[in-house]
Amino acid sequence: MGKPKLGVFKFASCDGCQLSLLDAEDQLLAVAEAVDIVHFPEASSRLESGPYDIALIEGSITTPHDVERIQQIRGDSKFLMTIGACATAGGIQALRNGADTSEFMQAVYATPEYIQVLDQSTPIAEHVKVDFELRGCPINQYQLIEVIQSLLAGRTPRTPKHSVCLDCKRRGTVCVTVAQGIACLGPVTQSGCDAICPSYHRGCYGCYGPAAQPNLVSLSTQTLKTGVSPAEAAHRLQNFNVSAPAFHKESQRLTDQAREQN
Amino acid sequence: MGNRTIKVETLTRVEGEGGLYIRLNGEAVDEVRLEIYEPPRLFEALLRGRPLEDVPDITARICGICPVAYQMSSVHALEAALEVTVSPEIRRLRRLLYCGEWIESHGLHMHLLHAPDFLGFDSGLEMAKQFPDEVNRGLRLKKHGNQLVDMLGGRAIHPINVCVGGFYRLPTRKEVHKLIPDFEWGLNAAIETTRWVAGFDFPDFESPDCEYISLSHPDEYPMNAGVMKTSRGDTIDVANYEAEFEEQQVPHSTALHAIRKSTGRPYLLGPLARINLNRDKLSPSAQKLADEIKLEPLCCNPHKGIIARGLEIIHAYEEALMILRDQTLKGKSRASYEYQAGEGLSATEAPRGTLFHRYIVDKDGKIVEASIVPPTSQNQAQIETDLKQWISHVISNDERETARKCENLVRAYDPCISCSTHFLNVKIERT
Ligand code: SF4
Ligand code: SF4
Ligand code: SF4
Repeated sequence: MGKPKLGVFKFASCDGCQLSLLDAEDQLLAVAEAVDIVHFPEASSRLESGPYDIALIEGSITTPHDVERIQQIRGDSKFLMTIGACATAGGIQALRNGADTSEFMQAVYATPEYIQVLDQSTPIAEHVKVDFELRGCPINQYQLIEVIQSLLAGRTPRTPKHSVCLDCKRRGTVCVTVAQGIACLGPVTQSGCDAICPSYHRGCYGCYGPAAQPNLVSLSTQTLKTGVSPAEAAHRLQNFNVSAPAFHKESQRLTDQAREQN
Repeated sequence: MGNRTIKVETLTRVEGEGGLYIRLNGEAVDEVRLEIYEPPRLFEALLRGRPLEDVPDITARICGICPVAYQMSSVHALEAALEVTVSPEIRRLRRLLYCGEWIESHGLHMHLLHAPDFLGFDSGLEMAKQFPDEVNRGLRLKKHGNQLVDMLGGRAIHPINVCVGGFYRLPTRKEVHKLIPDFEWGLNAAIETTRWVAGFDFPDFESPDCEYISLSHPDEYPMNAGVMKTSRGDTIDVANYEAEFEEQQVPHSTALHAIRKSTGRPYLLGPLARINLNRDKLSPSAQKLADEIKLEPLCCNPHKGIIARGLEIIHAYEEALMILRDQTLKGKSRASYEYQAGEGLSATEAPRGTLFHRYIVDKDGKIVEASIVPPTSQNQAQIETDLKQWISHVISNDERETARKCENLVRAYDPCISCSTHFLNVKIERT
């Protein structure tokens, strides 16, 4: 058997997650040796059609054409993995899901009818079967390399599911909530970033999305006690993973609460 | 020869996704279209109603290749709206962060995206088999850029440490000094790299009558402040940006096309424009090398963009080293501010050119309106204009060869079309 064929595909996104692969400078040439990168438009002019052994998918589905394109890629791929918050949760562009997309289009474009766009920004898994999801906005390059390597070795890729708090403890970072009263989403956010934000004296804003079984109501109750308004607390959950079910549900609950207060 | 079309379905080795469409009538060019099919992500619309503190984190996500540029233009614009002045230390650290992004972004473009065109490879990774030393050196430079953004920004892609007023925390002296040995090596390596690319075989082609525009500053190479200067000799205050430039929507692209209102013509931003207008502000090593390789004082050959990038990497290393070695890292990590209703605008120099942000905020610190004009969308009309001329140089019966040469020219501008879709038309109408 020849080398496994790798394809990288982009939907609505910022290119940051696929850049993580090019940013793994030390391993990049080794990866390029171990797999045959047959489709990666950002890196190579050689573009081969399928089948692919591994497909990395960045970005969310936001246009009618992309709905068809992802089906095609799925059909061509043995193992399909989503990379990043856009592909796994709809990304920051999913903020329009609860709003009026045509009004958004009118606000940005003088002639919105030139451009076709769906009302919702949806994750890849809403359209096709996904074999593995790598979280983060952006993903962590070491996790990406580890996943590719484990696939090559025939192992199931493993990434941690615990919350950012645990990594804070492991790094020895003093908790910003306890020490400085700064609101932090760390207790409900999945690890993967090595708890960067608290080490820079700011609260986690949830860019890796919800951890396994997060207790969001309990965290909100705590946050509201520090004087944060329900609307602000809702905004905090409404960013890169706004459409991840756990964050979505709690931000709706807080928004309703804010409405009642007014 | 009758009518024929040349289509490049997917432009490769550019950031973001787009294609190229060329219609010829015999030898004459009927139409050239740089087709951008990036889906719109509507950032300006979704920022409305959000706390202004969210803006640097969210606008970073417009582009994973140059998040620092989005963070810098946004914090400057918001500070203008809040009438906040940052300390000289913070200003220097912001330049340091920008140096990291220039090194990373230019390093990526030069070695992995552009150089393969001159040496006949499909990718930098393939080029590495014959030019291992050069590619490895390039990857190391790129990595230094990432390390610097990582140290000061918390991570290389979408840094977390930037905020309105400054930084969440200042780096420690130890963190800063740790980078010095690598950067000393890197400065020399950057000089070698630039010498190497300057020796490439450049097509004999000049953009006809192109106007170059960049920020300019009396004391420094432009990065985070200045007025706009143009190669026609005009000076434009950033505050007048929207009066001087106009974006037009075209059917074939999700990006808008920009022109100078006074001339009705396109213009070019980016490294070549910056070098053409600010060569005397380059660091000593970069100036020396520019002279050594005999770069024209006004270089109009877009293929030489790779040299301009090399010179800017040298500059970034030299300036970064100066700041890294500085012993006076002190003061507060950020300026405090109070909310007030207002409007603020700012332009900074992203790796690909001047990036303009404007915000209106209300008295509770919420965003009322946002307007973002990225460099690539402004360059797009100039790229199409140049392509029309370039085709007559490269046209042959071999369609694939012609298409390849057209793609080469497009790549020379380092277009980043993942960000070219997200800006507000300035002629917004509200009811
Ligand atoms: S998840 Fe974040 S970093 Fe990745 S493509 Fe989307 S916006 Fe960019
Ligand atoms: S700083 Fe945040 S992530 Fe860290 S321990 Fe405290 S709450 Fe958890
Ligand atoms: S926002 Fe949270 S998950 Fe994201 S980098 Fe910061 S600490 Fe990590």
